[in-house]
Amino acid sequence: MSDVTMTNQTQAQKLDSVAARKARIMGGILIALALLVIFVLHVVPGESATFRLTTRRDAIQIPDLVVPGAFNYVAAALLAFLGVRQFLQGGARWTSLSLGVGLAILVMAFLVWATAGKAFNLTSMLQAAVLASVPIALGGLAGVMSERVAVVNIAIEGMLLAGAFAGALIGSLLGGWIGLVAAILVGGSFGLLLAVLVVTFRMDQIIAGVVINLFVLGVTSYVSSQVFSEYRFLNNAKVFRQWEIPFLSDIPVLGPMLFDQNLFVYGAFILVGIATYYLFYTKNGLRARAVGEHPRAADTLGVDVYVTRYVHVTIAGMVAGFGGAFFTLGNVGRFEENMTNGRGYIGLAAMIFGRWHPVGALSAALIFGFADSIQRKLALLNTPIPSEFLAMAPYIATIIVVAGLVGRSRPPAADGKPYVKE
Amino acid sequence: MDVELRGITKRFGSVVANDNVNLTIRAGEVLGLLGENGAGKSTMMNMLSGLYSPDEGQILVDGKPVEFDGPGDGIEAGIGMVHQHFMLVPVFTVAENVVLGVEPTGKMGYLDMKRARRQVEEINEKYGLHVPPDELIEELSVGIQQRVEILKVLFRSADVLILDEPTAVLTPQEVHEFFGIVNTLKEAGKAIVFITHKLHEILEISDRVSVLRQGRITGEGYPKDLTEADLAEMMVGRPVSFTTAKNTATPGRTMLELEGVSMLDETDDRVLDNVSITVRSGEVVGVAGVQGNGQTELVEAITGLERIASGKITFDGENISHASVRERHKMGMAHIPEDRHKSGMVDSFTIAENMVLNNYYAPEYSKGWAIDWQKVAETAARYCVDFDVRTPSVFLPGGSLSGGNQQKMVVARELERETKLVVASQPTRGVDVGSIEYIHERLIGSRDEGDGVLIVSSELDEVLGLSDRIYVMYDGRIVAEFDNTDGKADRNTVGLAMAGSFGEDAA
Repeated sequence: MSDVTMTNQTQAQKLDSVAARKARIMGGILIALALLVIFVLHVVPGESATFRLTTRRDAIQIPDLVVPGAFNYVAAALLAFLGVRQFLQGGARWTSLSLGVGLAILVMAFLVWATAGKAFNLTSMLQAAVLASVPIALGGLAGVMSERVAVVNIAIEGMLLAGAFAGALIGSLLGGWIGLVAAILVGGSFGLLLAVLVVTFRMDQIIAGVVINLFVLGVTSYVSSQVFSEYRFLNNAKVFRQWEIPFLSDIPVLGPMLFDQNLFVYGAFILVGIATYYLFYTKNGLRARAVGEHPRAADTLGVDVYVTRYVHVTIAGMVAGFGGAFFTLGNVGRFEENMTNGRGYIGLAAMIFGRWHPVGALSAALIFGFADSIQRKLALLNTPIPSEFLAMAPYIATIIVVAGLVGRSRPPAADGKPYVKE
Repeated sequence: MDVELRGITKRFGSVVANDNVNLTIRAGEVLGLLGENGAGKSTMMNMLSGLYSPDEGQILVDGKPVEFDGPGDGIEAGIGMVHQHFMLVPVFTVAENVVLGVEPTGKMGYLDMKRARRQVEEINEKYGLHVPPDELIEELSVGIQQRVEILKVLFRSADVLILDEPTAVLTPQEVHEFFGIVNTLKEAGKAIVFITHKLHEILEISDRVSVLRQGRITGEGYPKDLTEADLAEMMVGRPVSFTTAKNTATPGRTMLELEGVSMLDETDDRVLDNVSITVRSGEVVGVAGVQGNGQTELVEAITGLERIASGKITFDGENISHASVRERHKMGMAHIPEDRHKSGMVDSFTIAENMVLNNYYAPEYSKGWAIDWQKVAETAARYCVDFDVRTPSVFLPGGSLSGGNQQKMVVARELERETKLVVASQPTRGVDVGSIEYIHERLIGSRDEGDGVLIVSSELDEVLGLSDRIYVMYDGRIVAEFDNTDGKADRNTVGLAMAGSFGEDAA
């Protein structure tokens, strides 16, 4: 090998890496949060926040949680520590974790500040948080079902709204259970419509979804303003009551949160379980995921890509229809214009945050539900923040979570692409 | 199992892809199927796998006529296809990919992965494939992925295996191993169809050869009676010269120099690791390596398409480490990109428009805001003549040209101006033999005019044939440099370096 030159390259180089830059930015954000806690969320010394964990009716009583105002100094110190550490060392794999912990500390400090000198029922807020997360979780699950077969489903918002509408109308006429079935069927038929548009006619998936959303919004708004206002009996359904699960519902805090809820909450948890089992432990789940990742490969192995997409997008519609019925049959019993108010889109964010996994989507939905219920409760506490700003909380949480925490998560490889047979 | 194609004709619109083709495939035999891109090989094989159905003619399996009308039908009859572009789900494990579509299941559609794994191991054992059943596909090398594809068709108990350009993505050493597997399969009584355009491989592995040109069988025979020249003539329809005639290089001043250049991808992995190379005027420097070892990134670094993380790039004495693409271009750097559809041309633009994509803004074409289309068309027409781009009009979409003519169009645009350095990446990918010869001549021509020429190619023969000096890339690094004056570099040694090993056996 006389004419061969081996190049030896072992010298270390200083490289400007993407992760290091991201870690520095996150560090800066955490330090800013620490300053925010010190100067804005400042608690008058001596005041403390009281969080009630049980009500007088509960079988098991536990004492209130009293947090002294000094907690916020500790919180600020922790935030500053995390931020400086990020800044100096570069976080690598700790970056996302630090930001997550930092946000949790911020939320606690915020609660202490808002409740300082007052009392606040934490358990009932958490219970409301679970309730608020239901439509988001079901919307996210609908997103998972359709995007796993590579159909982008913007239409979830419309499907939720259609489900809410059908639930209210049919529920008023024929009773809650039939109303629920009607909501699921209507949601499913919009799923089917989306499948026809994007699978058979290869329409742009985003546009097809937006069209469905606008169509549903238009029709339901028209009927509710022109017909329901006139004939009120058409929009007065019986609401599904809470079902207390014996013994389990007596557990402090967790009991009211998880075991004293209505059909929709249990339904969401059960559906997430079923969907997880289906997608990752069954033959058809494997095929569905293959269709989402590499439809051509699935096709050459005899999996019918079109049928698979039709079936799953329709199921996604049914899930969303069920989630939509929550707004009327699971909550107020009445339909109002645009009552879903963007929950479908937040459901999509939950799906992305949850990395296209049913359990992930549910966890993300719980975070969004928490943000939502916090702002409702705080509006009652008379904080100096205008309630309009508080109402932004779920959306700000969405932006921070999707942009900051998730970073680059990987959708199914064929997501959004129509499949053309050769 | 024997398969016979009898009088098969397939048309797409007015194009006849297969014209009265007769072919016999026998058990325990390797049939080499040779033909250029677009000769109709893939169409024929897609009919065997059931993806298309023939317009005329019959397919007989063991003497009995069969009709296929879906992609699953071929494999059901025992004919399995290993596609050139792998049909594997990258985020699935090997076992999941293998069983997809014919999954072993328990109650309620439960996917029995344990059984799947066992079945994969059994086939592994039987044919000596050594594929790890629990690895994710995306973690495996291309060579192993190919074995997964073979495993897939064996799992479906195929007796006929069609291998479409199986060696295109392999190193010479992997090819050697792959041939071992093919022989094992043959001894086990499988019938094998080996599709390729590489002549020496056909002669090495097949028992019988059929040559396809423009949809017709133009030659048949046994390897022992044939030479590469015979095969090439059958394939192209005229005698072909294999080596590009060229004089000994007379290198001049340093044209391009990279010093310790590194590049990171989005996840901060080093895709270029401390790369140092030089290209002098009047010489062709080749970069050999298996696809995906940093060649793409090297070209992106040189042409300015991607930011480098460290190091220095000098072009004709000037530091261009952070110069924009257009600045480099204006200094006389020509770039023939590796994927013309992605970055070399706009398919839906006319040939004239494509010809000025790199300098439409020059004063000769642009008057103020407007482009002088008359002038552009004239220039394009002249380029077409100069570079043998065969087209009835320069106003046709670039995408309507054949692959070879598209590539010549890109080459014309890049070379028909004052250049100092030509960076050519995969310059002859998907191009017919005639155009390959022509493009090679033009690249040597640029060298003889005093340009530095850098050729990046995963076809080792191309690098060996053209270059005066050769670098080998492996895992983002330059692992070896060879002097190739008068073709004195040894094919085997270069091949070993491509596999990242020196002296000992390649992995």
